[in-house]
This record gives sequence, C-alpha cells and structure tokens, in this order.
Amino acid sequence: MPWQQLTRSMRGYPVRPPDSGIARRKSVWEKIHIDPVLVGLLLVLMISGLVVLYSASGQRIDVVYAQSIRFVVALVGMLVIAQFSPTTFLRWAPAAYLVGVMMLLAVEFFGDMGMGAQRWLVIPGVIRFQPSEMMKLAVPLMVAAYLNRCQLPPRLRDIVVCAIIIGIPVVLIATQPDLGTSLLVASAAVIVVLLAGLSWRLIAFAAALLASALPFLWMSLHDYQRQRVLTFLNPNFDPLGSGWNIIQSTTAIGSGGVWGKGWLQGTQSQLEFLPERHTDFIIAVLGEEFGLVGMLLTLMLYFLIVSRGLWLAGASQDTFGRLVAGSIILTFFIYVFVNVGMVSGLLPVVGVPLPLVSYGGTSSVTLLAGFGILMSIHAHRRLLPR
Amino acid sequence: MPQRPETLKNSETELQIFRVRAFLAILVVTLLTGLLMGRLGYLQVAQHDLYTTRSENNRVRVEPLPPTRGLIFDRNGEMLAENRPTYNLTLVRERVDDLDETLNFLIELLALPDEEIEAFKQRSRQRQRPYQPALLMSDLTETQIARLSVNRHRLPGVEVEAQLLRYYPDADIMAHALGYVGRINADELKSLDPGSYAGTHFIGKTGVERFYETELHGEAGLRKVETNARGRVLRELGKNDPVPGKNLTLTIDKELQMLAYELLDGRRGAIVAIEPASGDILAMVSVPGFDSNQFVTGISVENYRGLQQDLDLPLFNRAIRGHYPPGSTIKPFLALAGLREEVRTPSTTINDPGYYQLPNDSRRYRNWLRWGHGRVDLERSIAVSNNTYYYSLAHELGIDRLHEQMSAFGFGQRIAHDVQSESAALMPSREWKQARYNQPWYPGETLSVGIGQGYWQITPLQLAAATATLANRGKWVKPHLARKIGDTPLPDKLPETPADIALSNDGWWDDVFQGMEKVMTGEEGTARHTGEGLDYRMGGKSGTAQVFSLGQDQRYDAEELEERLRDHALFMAFAPLENPQIAVSVIVENAGGGSTHAAHLARAMTDAWLLEDETPDVEEVRETLEQDDANLDG
Repeated sequence: MPWQQLTRSMRGYPVRPPDSGIARRKSVWEKIHIDPVLVGLLLVLMISGLVVLYSASGQRIDVVYAQSIRFVVALVGMLVIAQFSPTTFLRWAPAAYLVGVMMLLAVEFFGDMGMGAQRWLVIPGVIRFQPSEMMKLAVPLMVAAYLNRCQLPPRLRDIVVCAIIIGIPVVLIATQPDLGTSLLVASAAVIVVLLAGLSWRLIAFAAALLASALPFLWMSLHDYQRQRVLTFLNPNFDPLGSGWNIIQSTTAIGSGGVWGKGWLQGTQSQLEFLPERHTDFIIAVLGEEFGLVGMLLTLMLYFLIVSRGLWLAGASQDTFGRLVAGSIILTFFIYVFVNVGMVSGLLPVVGVPLPLVSYGGTSSVTLLAGFGILMSIHAHRRLLPR
Repeated sequence: MPQRPETLKNSETELQIFRVRAFLAILVVTLLTGLLMGRLGYLQVAQHDLYTTRSENNRVRVEPLPPTRGLIFDRNGEMLAENRPTYNLTLVRERVDDLDETLNFLIELLALPDEEIEAFKQRSRQRQRPYQPALLMSDLTETQIARLSVNRHRLPGVEVEAQLLRYYPDADIMAHALGYVGRINADELKSLDPGSYAGTHFIGKTGVERFYETELHGEAGLRKVETNARGRVLRELGKNDPVPGKNLTLTIDKELQMLAYELLDGRRGAIVAIEPASGDILAMVSVPGFDSNQFVTGISVENYRGLQQDLDLPLFNRAIRGHYPPGSTIKPFLALAGLREEVRTPSTTINDPGYYQLPNDSRRYRNWLRWGHGRVDLERSIAVSNNTYYYSLAHELGIDRLHEQMSAFGFGQRIAHDVQSESAALMPSREWKQARYNQPWYPGETLSVGIGQGYWQITPLQLAAATATLANRGKWVKPHLARKIGDTPLPDKLPETPADIALSNDGWWDDVFQGMEKVMTGEEGTARHTGEGLDYRMGGKSGTAQVFSLGQDQRYDAEELEERLRDHALFMAFAPLENPQIAVSVIVENAGGGSTHAAHLARAMTDAWLLEDETPDVEEVRETLEQDDANLDG
C-alpha cells in the first residue's frame, strides 16, 4: 500500500518491517530513489509559486506555462540524478570541479558580456551557459570529496587545502564580477567544512579575520555594489533611483496586512510599482496579495523542506553523503533567507531569486539537481541493520 | 566505501560531529526563519497603516481640474477678452531616452531663434514630479504642430497638448483698460492658495484682469485617478467639477473706446470718459497701446526690450498713472472753492492789468494775455481762462483752504473703485512740502497752484472724475470699470465715496456751468472754434501744461523747442449741460499750440456719445486739427 509506505518513510528510516528477519523489502519510492515527503513538499511549493507567478507576471499564462515546462524538465533532471549512486558523485567530483574552473577561466577570457558582467559562456548556436551556476554544486562536492579522505574533525592542513579549493573558483566568479554568486558558492563550500567539524577556535578566528578585512572589501567593491549597500542603509536617500526597489517592495509587503489584498488584487504589483516583480521580488507580490498569513505559510513550507533535508542528511551512512546533503539543503535555506531578507528590507539588494518560486530556469535546474543528489545519497543505502 | 589504508576513519565520531553540527544548523535556521517572520510581522501588522497609506499614494493621483477663466464683455456685450484653444509642447523627462538629443531635434524642428534656445532648455530641466509633463513651449503655430506630428514616432515623451489661452481681440485699444494675464511667476506662487490654483498656469497681472482675479478665476476642481508606475491614468476614481470663473461685464463702451484710441493714434496721450450719474467709466485709453496678447504666451526678449525702450512708453498707462500739471482745466473747481469759502460771489469782479503782484513783492505773475482782460467776473474768468483772477483768488484762499477744497474733488487721491495700480498723483500742501523738501510754503507757490501749475499734478482719470462730480452738482459717484460680475450688478452706491460737495446757493452751479459753456460758445471762449455747430449744450475748460518751465518775462516759442518739450494740451468737458451724460478729460502730450487740440478730441467724444446716428469722422477731426496747427504756426 502506497499510504503505508509513505507513513513508514515519514516515521523515519531505516524501518524494518515487523515480519521480516532480514533486509526488508524495498518500497516503490526506494526503487525509484525518491523521498516522497521531500518531493511532496517541493511540489506544493512549486505549484503555489506558479499561482503567485501568474499574478506577478501581470496575469500572463504564457509565463506560467514556460515556468511549468522548466519545472518539468528540472524535475526529470532531478529524477535522473537521483538514480546515480553517491559514489558516482564522489568519483566525478574532482573532474567536475576541474572542468568548472577551466570554464570559469574561459569566461574570463572569452566570456560574453551580459548586463555589464561576464557571466555567460557561449558556444554559438549551441548553448549559452553560466559556469558559475554549475560551481554551486561542483565546489561543495569537491570539498566534501576531499574531506571524505581525511580524518575528521579536519586538521589545519586539510583546512588550508579546502580554502584553496574554495578560493580559486570564488575569486574567478567574483571578478566576472558576480559577487552574489561567488558568495553563494563560497558559503555552500564553507558549510561543508563547518559540518565536517571545523573547530570553534578556527571559526572564531575566521570571523575576526573577516571583520578586520571588511574595510578592504568595501574598497574593492564596484560602485554599483557600494550603492546597493548605501541604499540598504538609507533607502530614502534616492527614492526614485536606487532606493525605489526597496521602498516599493516594503510598501507592497506592509500594505498587504494580515490577510492580504487578495490574489490579483495587489495594487503595488498589478500597477507595476514593484520592480522585478516576477523574478527576484516575487515574494513581495505574495506578501501583498496573501498577507502575513501567506508569508508565514510559505516560510513554514521552506522550513519543513530544510528540516526534512537535514534529517535526510543526518540519516546518511557515510561522511561524504552527509556533508554534501547538509551543504545542499543549508545553501537552499541561505537562498530563501537572503531573498526574503532583501525584499523585506533586512539585507541589501543582491540578485538572489526565491528558490522555486521566482521566474527563471537556471536556478530551478541547479536547485532540483541538488535535490536529486540529496535523494540519491539518501536512497542508495545499504539496507543493513545497524 | 572507498578508504585510503593510511587514514583511520572513525565513522562513529564523524557521525557524532555531524549530528551536533546539524543540530546547531537547524537551530540557526529556526532563528533566522523567526527573524524573517518577525520582520514580516513588523511590516504587515505594526506598520500596516503606514504602508497602506504609501501604497494608496502610489496608486491614487489627485489631478487638478483648472476652471475656465471668465470672459470679459463691454457694456453692450461685445467680447473684450476670450479664451481660445492653443497648442502647447510638453515633455515627460522620464520617458525621454536622450534628453539633449531630443531637445536639439525639437529646436531644429521648431526653428527656434538662437536667443530663445537657452530658455527652452531651461524649461525642460525645471523640477517636476516624476512622470509629470513639463511645459516647453506654448502657442505652437500650425507649421510647428504639423512638423511635430510628422516626427512623432521619433519623439517619445513629447506631446502636443491643447489648452485654453486668453485672447484679446482688440489688444492695443484695450490693453491699458483691461490689463492682461500672464504665466504665474515664482513670487506669485508663494502667495497663492495652492489648492485653488493647482493646474492654473495664468493669473491676472494688471488692470481689470488683476483686480477681478478671484471672480474671473473661479474654483479648481479635482479628479482622483488610478495610475500605474509609469504615470499612465488607468481609471477615474472620483471627480469634483471645477466652478468656472464669472463673466465680467465692463462699463466700457467698445465703440467709444475705439474712437478715443483712434483720435489719439499717432500721438501720446490719454482720454477718460465717465457717465456722471453712474460713475461708469465709458472709455479709458492710453496711447500708444501695446499688443497685450504677447504677454499671455510670454513675450520674446526682443519684443519686450522694444516696448521698454520705446520713447513713447507704450507700457505706461497714462490714463491712471500719468502725472500732468492740470493747467487751466481746474479753474472751474477753483471758482467753486472761492464760492464755498465765501471769498467770492459770482458777481465779484477784479481788474486785470495783465499781471498780478503779491503785496510787497515786485515780481509780476503774468496773465497769458499781456495787456490783460480788464474787468473780470467768475463767468468771464472761466470763459477767457484769466490767470489774474485766479492768482488773487488763490492768494485770498491760501494754500491750506485750497488744498482742502481741491481734495474734496478727489485730487491727490485714488478715487476709482476697481482701477488697479491707480496713482494718487499730487495735491500739494504745506505739510507735504515740509515733509518732502523740509521747507516752508511760500506765498508765490500758492499762485502757481492757482493756475494749475507748480507742484500740482493730476491723472487724466482724476480730472474726468472731478468733472463728473462737477457735472453732478457736487454729488460724488465713485468711478468704476465693472458693471456686472456674473449676473450681479455692481451696487449703485459704492463704499468709501468722498463726501458730496454742497454750495450755500445751488444756483451758483449754473454760474460755473455758464462760464464753461462760454468756453465753447462765447465770443471770447478759448475753445470757440471747437464749439461751432454744437447740437447740444456743452461745458468745457481748456488747459496747457508746461513741460519746459520759462523764466520771468521770457516768451515762449514753440518752434524753437523740440517736439517733446512742447506743452501738453488738456481739456475737460461735460454735456449736455442741463442733464450731463458724459464727462471727459483729454490730455495730448506735447501737442503745442494751446489747448485747441485737446478740445477737438473732447468734442468728438461727446458727439459720439450723445448723437446716436452721427459717429464723428476721425479723419475730419484730424483735418481740423492740422488746419489749427497751421494757423498757429503762421
């Protein structure tokens, strides 16, 4: 019975059927290497996202259709990736990492300028590709693969090696310049190290180092990046220019109140006061039209996804799996936090979409690919009693 | 699980580490999610009202609906000021890709002269609410509109908008009486009520347009509209219609006004005509006039400089602001003063040897006739304009009584009800001289005042108003320009009218009137040529005002003087004598040759007003004038 299987899997894993003395029978979900709870939550999120997207795109069904197609493609991708065994990822991690770094170098020299930054690698007529997007998965995989060989907690030597592994692609991406992505790649990889048991003393030391480096980092920022930070500190400094986005998004959210103005009824979004309303700022549309209730439900949904993901990571039987799974799910949360924080005025404006709700193909594919790896790690376990 | 032999991996420890870290991670995730929820609660619950207001302000725009300005008619319903649709060029900066390029293209299209380019560019930079159109140019020509519409696709953000604009059909003739409207300037903006003037671009600057600004303007309406972020109006949420300005009917008679203008055309001067019974100002011209329509759209720098530097001062309203010595025109008033103060009776006579001397003073104050008029009584003193009679009268009255009596006729005061920027001119007094020059009053100066010279200065309007009061036998009626505001007539008795002038014997008015009639028709009358063939009884008084003062015993030679240094010719008159229907004052600057010039013009005015079917021929009047001038020169 599927329902029993579902409840069983929800109760926890591994579960031994009461009547079996040896390895229990695999369920349908296990056969296709899928965690039904996580997929169920993701589907609820994606479908809700499409409902909001219809409103946020100015009621354009073609946009919703395009997004659905991408979701289907990404879900299929996720299913395919989930079929590989984690050892495959472990084996291929160094190769993916090296190819990624090489492509980043290629972007540096032959990259296509888009929106004032070199982010795209174009093979004319074939593909437009952002190598930095791939590195969001390749770098944490590489770090996890390396740490998998070490004894944990990692020693200082291992930390230095990790820092080099992380540093090369991060610097390359930052010089494109794409500070937002480079920070996301860095944090995905750093989370791996943190989960591996980086000592608290080193964490404190790194934090102090970062704090003292802040002035220098500020100096090395581009003008537009500094402008974003200044705008965040005082949006009313230039209300019609750089402050416009944040003023309009907080106005949209705040005017939604507890119950919201109703689907398709948000004046901020429907009358186009809200910029980037179907991409990075889509959560403001949700906040305006569905109010605090809609926002809290959405945040709860994300929280459940992250909790389930962490639980799956914890249930993993080997270090590599645990580190990769933990990194993937925590990075997912960082996306959510940074996006909602930015739109609600808690953080400066950085170009981070809201996972699986914002319009856009690349990020959905990357995210669902990550969930594919997560489920592969979870489902390819040896069914042995501990 | 692949493991290197040299590494000893302790699965249990690693799992333990991970579980601690994962637990910490979920703790951090919970905290951060809580933080986001708190922020959302703050925005959506605590600050909800603030953001609701902001969002409404974003969406709802209140657009002013400016009222239509009231029209102005003459007393017979002839249109004097109307509103005509014109086309303006506006620009929304936010919708323009390259402002400089667009402006240069526009300048080329409109074929703007060089000196206007800077102002044109200036207007595009004025501070504006986002997505609000800025006015670049008003009153586009047909050609300009055509060129703009052909190139419309190349000019995003540039629009041609229709607007009602003030238009004066007879601008030159009416300019000084009506005044004009112009664009609201920064100073005016500060003192205006922003609510009622939102959306209004023009305001009365001078004349009737300024005095009756409130009535003509009306009240602004409002329109609440929903707009999108680009400022496009999506729908109307509510509307408050504007109240249009009231139409104004003036006391001016357009035909009489036109006649007055034509009579003076080519010279400099002023004519004011008043209906004595009502105080209606029938005509009020100052020549030269100017095209007031130029000021509505904004006059070009070149044209304005031209008007300002013109020696004839076309912008100067002589009728209400021109200061002229009244000359002999005030002799009837002085005669009345003598009667009221009982220093004279109508039959009192004096002997005129050709001059007057103050006691203990050798200086001779001359009559204009060197050998004198002999015995002169009140009637004859007016008819022949005898100076000696008035020297002695002035001396006997003294400056204090003289000042008081003349003030009763409105001299030295603003006397009209609704004439904007009217000047008080000057009625000298002992106190005035002390304050002005810190000097005592000398008896000789009283004599000068006695013949309308010296410090005494009047405006043509004052002279006409005093004549009207005289014609009314002392009953004051305040002169005014408005006859009806909307449908409400102006009240018969206006406030602040000066006290009426009473004589102890009412018949004495007739004595003064007869003297004035003799000016026109008497054998010795100074305007007897003008009075030939009168169909009604008319009283008048001539006057000359010296522009260039002469020393004692010096003779005046008109030929030797520059045209602009010649005497001004003045005339005051009313008619018919028994039932006055019009009082006129005429001033012709530098007319030379005595007062005849002004007298002819005054007669033409009374003829036009009193003889229904006989409009005087301006050409004929001109010919008479030329003949007179020729006779004098010869």
